[in-house]
Amino acid sequence: MIEFQNVSFAYEKDRYVIRDLSFRIEKGESVGLIGANGAGKSTVMKLILGLLQGEGKILVDGTEVRKETLGVIRRKLGFVLQNSDNQMFMPTVYEDMIFAPLNYMMSHEEADRRVDEVLARLHLEDLKYRYNHKISGGEKRMAAIATILAMEPDAILMDEPTSALDPYNRRIVINTIRELSQTKLITSHDLDMILDTCGRVILLSGGRIAADGPAEKILKDRALLEANRMELPLSLMGRM
Amino acid sequence: MNKMQKALHELSEMDELAARSTPLHALHPAAKLITTIAYILVTLSFNKYDLSGLVPMVLWPVLLFQISDTDVRSCFYKLRIVLPLVMAVGLFNPFFDREIILRVGSVGVSGGVVSMITLMLKGLFCLMASFLLMATTKIDNLCAALRSMHFPSMLTSLLLLTYRYVGVMTEELAVMTEAYHLRAPGQKGIHISAWGSFLGQLLLRSMDRAQELYSSMRLRGYHQHFHFAANRPFNGRDALYAACCILFFLLLRFISISQLLGGLFVR
Repeated sequence: MIEFQNVSFAYEKDRYVIRDLSFRIEKGESVGLIGANGAGKSTVMKLILGLLQGEGKILVDGTEVRKETLGVIRRKLGFVLQNSDNQMFMPTVYEDMIFAPLNYMMSHEEADRRVDEVLARLHLEDLKYRYNHKISGGEKRMAAIATILAMEPDAILMDEPTSALDPYNRRIVINTIRELSQTKLITSHDLDMILDTCGRVILLSGGRIAADGPAEKILKDRALLEANRMELPLSLMGRM
Repeated sequence: MNKMQKALHELSEMDELAARSTPLHALHPAAKLITTIAYILVTLSFNKYDLSGLVPMVLWPVLLFQISDTDVRSCFYKLRIVLPLVMAVGLFNPFFDREIILRVGSVGVSGGVVSMITLMLKGLFCLMASFLLMATTKIDNLCAALRSMHFPSMLTSLLLLTYRYVGVMTEELAVMTEAYHLRAPGQKGIHISAWGSFLGQLLLRSMDRAQELYSSMRLRGYHQHFHFAANRPFNGRDALYAACCILFFLLLRFISISQLLGGLFVR
């Protein structure tokens, strides 16, 4: 579904934040992208979405990410931003949810139907006509996920989906992510959430892959995590 | 709540006002837009000395305040910054135009005073009409109406994005002002020495956020063209409303109600 072939990227000349990165994410896979601050996680996301252009080749569902293919690529990808305020730019949840379907030339009736379906699936019917500035942080995060699901993307990319949420809302978001059938790529420092939602983990360090494998194996490796400025997930600490 | 947060709150209040459900809200945005433009044009067309003809024009906004269940005080409160500017437009007329054109009892009133009051009322009425349009019509519906009237997509998108950007900039300003005051307790406003960096930061931060928002829009299929939620079709009721309003304005414009009423009492 998503493939990186020797991808490098530098924000400034010769100061690479992504170096010769290669990996492949299969359809339906749920992958956690972890690493310390500045490891290049968000850059990887932006490269997949075509918001940044680097060296090497990135393929989404067999199509190379290039300026000319961005329309097709972005139709297949949904991106949940870390800051939901930056994602929810319309006055109400409904208007935000209908934004993408209408942009993709869906009829109003069909778009309305899709919005209702997604809201019902996430049990968010009450939020439909609520104002974005008047809903809580947890509700806003769920609404942000709903806006992406209304696009019916093949893959969902999430940047820190559980940051700044209280335990209750965090659990709701985690359960929602677990139920999503799409291919998922999630960046987070919340390793417990990654353990709960991802079968595979890619650990980035200095723009390179430091480890790639089953989540259980990588997230239990204290030495590996500590060498990369991270700690064991809290849920595993008692077991070690 | 600091001043900026209040401003943000007021901005969101306008969205909420526009989302209510009253007979006026239910009208098609194009009908409201056309009548507002007609009202403003007719109001501005009055002669600068035709005070008695202009005064009855207040009837329309007063009627709309009632129908739309909108608080007049909230209108004046929200217009408090722009009202003094509008009022100041004719302030110097009394100094330049001193010819006495009417007498109230034994007191002579100069043309300058009359034209000053006329100008002030024109500004006030136009602002009230614009406020009522915004308080009864969502910005998206308004832009959709403009698009249906074949306004260029570029202009409507610009209008909508500017409206949203004002909110983003105000949010950033609110955060920065709060951070400043937490580290400068007891200080009124922001010290002039900090204004340069403050404004620079504000611009950079709001541009960053705007960029992020724009990315979020592009990732959801936006291509310089908004697909507005559908307005219902313009029907007979909307046409009747627009026609009646315009007829009413023309009546007020060409028949002086003040003189007719005055004629009942003075021979």
